[in-house]
Amino acid sequence: MTTRLAFLGGIYSNYHALRAALDDIDRRGVDATYFLGDLGAFGPFPDRVPELLIERGIRGIQGNYEESLSSGATDCNCGYTDPRDNFYAQISYDYTAERTSAPYKRWMGELPKSIRLEIGGLRVLLSHGSPRKINEFLWRSTSPEPFLNRICDEHGADVILCTHSGLHWHKQIGPRRHVVNVGVIGRPANDGRTNVWYTMLTAGGDGLDVEFIPIDYDHAALAREMRNEKLPEEFIETIETGWWTTCLEILPAKERAASRF
Amino acid sequence: MNEHPHVPLLTLDTLWFQVAGTICNIACTHCFISCSPKNHSHEMLTLADVENRLAEAKALGVRDYYFTGGEPFMNRDLLPMLEATLKQGPATVLTNGMLLRKEVCGRLREMADRSDCSLDIRVSLDGFDRETHDAIRGPGVWDRVMIGLRNLAEAGINPVITVTEAADGVRTEQGRRRFLELIRAWGFSKPRLKILPLFRIGAEEKRTRAYEDWERLTTPVLTDHDAEVLQCSSSRMVTSKGVFVCPILIETPEARMGDTIGETLRPFQLRYGACHTCWVEGVSCRT
Repeated sequence: MTTRLAFLGGIYSNYHALRAALDDIDRRGVDATYFLGDLGAFGPFPDRVPELLIERGIRGIQGNYEESLSSGATDCNCGYTDPRDNFYAQISYDYTAERTSAPYKRWMGELPKSIRLEIGGLRVLLSHGSPRKINEFLWRSTSPEPFLNRICDEHGADVILCTHSGLHWHKQIGPRRHVVNVGVIGRPANDGRTNVWYTMLTAGGDGLDVEFIPIDYDHAALAREMRNEKLPEEFIETIETGWWTTCLEILPAKERAASRF
Repeated sequence: MNEHPHVPLLTLDTLWFQVAGTICNIACTHCFISCSPKNHSHEMLTLADVENRLAEAKALGVRDYYFTGGEPFMNRDLLPMLEATLKQGPATVLTNGMLLRKEVCGRLREMADRSDCSLDIRVSLDGFDRETHDAIRGPGVWDRVMIGLRNLAEAGINPVITVTEAADGVRTEQGRRRFLELIRAWGFSKPRLKILPLFRIGAEEKRTRAYEDWERLTTPVLTDHDAEVLQCSSSRMVTSKGVFVCPILIETPEARMGDTIGETLRPFQLRYGACHTCWVEGVSCRT
């Protein structure tokens, strides 16, 4: 028997991409779809994402955004360390906090911090940043195998799924052990392309298959709405060009070298 | 008195190597461990020293590795050490930038490209110009660092520039911008900057002042959340004299916790002035 599951990383209020991804998932057919948190951030009209998720019956977990919004925190607790990153993160958060309605904030507070599943005999753990910290960044070039092995051991998981950093990757660290950053559908993967990514897991007889699926969506419409909402031109440039212009000081050397800015 | 808090080792993510000991080609007036050409308090690490600790760190699931000194590039085995490290995790080298010859930068670039992990070079500066920098670091240093930075730029390596607060005004928004502009002008279109406070120990104690008695931590208990901010809750430092709690306290005998990493997996009492600085400033020596 084969099980297919779809995972949506940070949505960042990009409800256009969310809709496109959900339509794509419906076309392919899955057993279930999950979101991994950070429903709000760079984009406009933050209520539209929870509205759509609830309407389609998608389950998921809190990101640092949902934790902050539901607790009335004054910042996103994104985990940035450079003032340039924090400056733009605050603009995003203030916009989102002001426009997220109270019932959705309460709903966010009721989301679990993690979900455990068992598929094909594998123990799968859904987390936002990492299983140990909601705002930890797991980048490919700074998450070596010995470290990932330890995290799997410490959390009793064969497969760890995370998002938060914005870049998708997969490391198989043993015959039945995987760590997957499912990427994000909120903004492009800093590669000069406007599409975003979600992740499909297929568990069957021969273990686990991990597939990253690109999603094209009406990014021009999103950019127009962001402009009307007077969101920073830097955020819009990322949507239009596929290159990150903000919140990138946190990138490690290798990922930064591949970045335009 | 036993009023200072203990910090637990919550996770061992980072391992430091005091790879050049306290031996440096310059003698900065703010150095918290008074490194100089003649200071052999800690000797250089050998390749075997590093390999032994790497093997131990691998089994413990360490995430990343940092190399400092003294001046790491004075250790002739630094490049093979980095090569060995990059097979099991990301590495960062903290350097004064004076020994970054063209061939060295070329080899660093090759190594970085070959590895799946990140290699970072962090170059220390202490002022916006020759005069302020050399006042701390010695005459002629600025000019040599500029050559090193040019060589890095030509090799396509984007360093993190680390500046201490000895550089007047660097913490202000204006100072920060000025620094970012300078780094851009040196050929790095994606300027990376880290600012560090000063520790009032070693040479810095003489340059400005020592810690006062009140500059100690007296909160009896730290929550895990508090402890998480302190790098001693997630890292250890390997030197020629053994494994220490952190990169700052290597001249404090009580901060030596064991011969191997395995012997240091226990809490540490935050009794020192430097601990106060880390806490108050939220310092992490990590990039």
